[in-house]
Amino acid sequence: MSTPGKSDTELFTDIDLGWKHLQNRLFLGVIFAASMFGVVMLALLLLDVATDFYVGLTEFNISLTDFLTRDGSRRAEGAGFRGALVASLMLMVLTAFLSLFIGVGSAIYLEEYAPDTRLTRLIEANLANLAGVPSIVYGLLALAAFVNGIGMGPILLAGSIALALLVMPIIIVSSQEALRAVPDSVRRGSYATGATKWQTIRRVVLPAAFPGIMTGTILALARAIGETAPLLMVGALFVNRMPYGPLDRFSGMPTQIYGWASEPSQHFIHLAAVGIVVLLSIMLCMNGVAIYLRKKYETEV
Amino acid sequence: MATPETKDAHEQLISTSVQPSGTDRTDRTNQPDTTVLASHDLSVYYGEEQALNEVTIEIPENKVTAIIGPSGCGKSTFLRCINRMNDQIDACRVEGELTYQGKNVYDEDVDPVALRRKIGQVFQKPNPFPKSIRDNVTYGLEVQGKSETDEDVERALRGAALWDEVKDQLDSSGLDLSGGQQQRLCIARAIAPDPEVILMDEPTSALDPVAASKIEDLIDELVEEYTVVIVTHNMQQAARISDKTAVFLTGGNLVEFDETTKVFENPEHQRVEDYITGRFG
Repeated sequence: MSTPGKSDTELFTDIDLGWKHLQNRLFLGVIFAASMFGVVMLALLLLDVATDFYVGLTEFNISLTDFLTRDGSRRAEGAGFRGALVASLMLMVLTAFLSLFIGVGSAIYLEEYAPDTRLTRLIEANLANLAGVPSIVYGLLALAAFVNGIGMGPILLAGSIALALLVMPIIIVSSQEALRAVPDSVRRGSYATGATKWQTIRRVVLPAAFPGIMTGTILALARAIGETAPLLMVGALFVNRMPYGPLDRFSGMPTQIYGWASEPSQHFIHLAAVGIVVLLSIMLCMNGVAIYLRKKYETEV
Repeated sequence: MATPETKDAHEQLISTSVQPSGTDRTDRTNQPDTTVLASHDLSVYYGEEQALNEVTIEIPENKVTAIIGPSGCGKSTFLRCINRMNDQIDACRVEGELTYQGKNVYDEDVDPVALRRKIGQVFQKPNPFPKSIRDNVTYGLEVQGKSETDEDVERALRGAALWDEVKDQLDSSGLDLSGGQQQRLCIARAIAPDPEVILMDEPTSALDPVAASKIEDLIDELVEEYTVVIVTHNMQQAARISDKTAVFLTGGNLVEFDETTKVFENPEHQRVEDYITGRFG
């Protein structure tokens, strides 16, 4: 319906939206810049590391094969990453072993069994707080309680206890989310078929939540593998030999990189760059596996 | 409603795959009742709110009993009482008696898990497990510690009129089926461990008319071996498939319970007649 006395061309032109549209575009520009900030920073970081990596390979003649098959050394020319790499992989296995059962166990208790009481809410609030505790605090705890307290010494097991404590809240919270994502209708279907609570959890709920739990666990471990502070606290530094068991002294990838990066020699600095590339590659692989698992199973349930 | 064409086509489909039913509904209705489930002054509260008010009813064996009534009248609550699925609801409190084969299922010594092995249930929304079709069917046998054979799988899927549609894809996920097939898979899951009673909570309300009519035909088959109690908000459905009809009205009151033909043609209470003829509810 047109208003009498106005021509068609005047119908909408009397409403001036120029400033409002400009506001829209400005705001869009600001939030786009904000979201690109992280990407640009990451790109710069990767570029810097990649340059050092390249210089290390060419000007300092660091051979990747030697780098990955030699242990650490006081001489830059003979230094390799094998000890640190093996130590970190062993750390991850031990950390996963220590944190997975306790983490998933408490997630199952909190989601499936715990009544909605003050105690439950207290536990959940504490877990959220624990997830935010700085990693060095876990290192201090492990140092006080295990390394010195019960006299373990700066061994790999002590390091993995520190890392397990660090990732446990993350594993619990992400496992809880995975369990919560399993629809209640499926649980009811199981009970109505004559299953007990544990049968329902074991045969229906856990298999359905498993990909989510694995995704959360791998992401948590990917965070743990790069953690430096707790390992420094535990005393995982200046060890060049490869560990052969959980009771050996060790230096993980991040602490080895830290040690090299604080050397005055340029050769060591570039060894650190090569080490960072190895560490980042492993982290990216872990994240890749996590994303793959999530994509693969997200259509189900 | 299914159109006559689809219904005919569908009946042909069914008759090729499933044995035609032995008894006609009128034959069945004329047979004397043996009470299998009964409630006596059954009241249910959710916290302060009363959901069922002193319901007394006797549900006959090997017949279809329909429970109808407006939303919030307590019909689903009553169904949940039968296999004690309301144990899962914290604030739920049950008073009075509900007997299965004469035994009060709320007695101290009755394990709800054991009860649910005798009384299966099919839900409003199809809820197959995120497992293969085969694993869905064998789930009940597995958790109940019964042996599971390929014959069991076939028998249950035939019983649910689903065998011919899925026999070549038993290892694909139950979630890949259509809604109506999923619901029949849930029926197969419920009947595989061979319960005595099957409870159905609006089993066709989430389905299209053709899929719904398949389920209705299936109920007619199931009742030869099982006692079926079905909650429905669809009065035509109740009139079509049930032998007995219970009408719940607001406040959780069972107002009328009788032969389905009697309830629909000549109800005792004016309020029931008003509800059935669509004057309220």
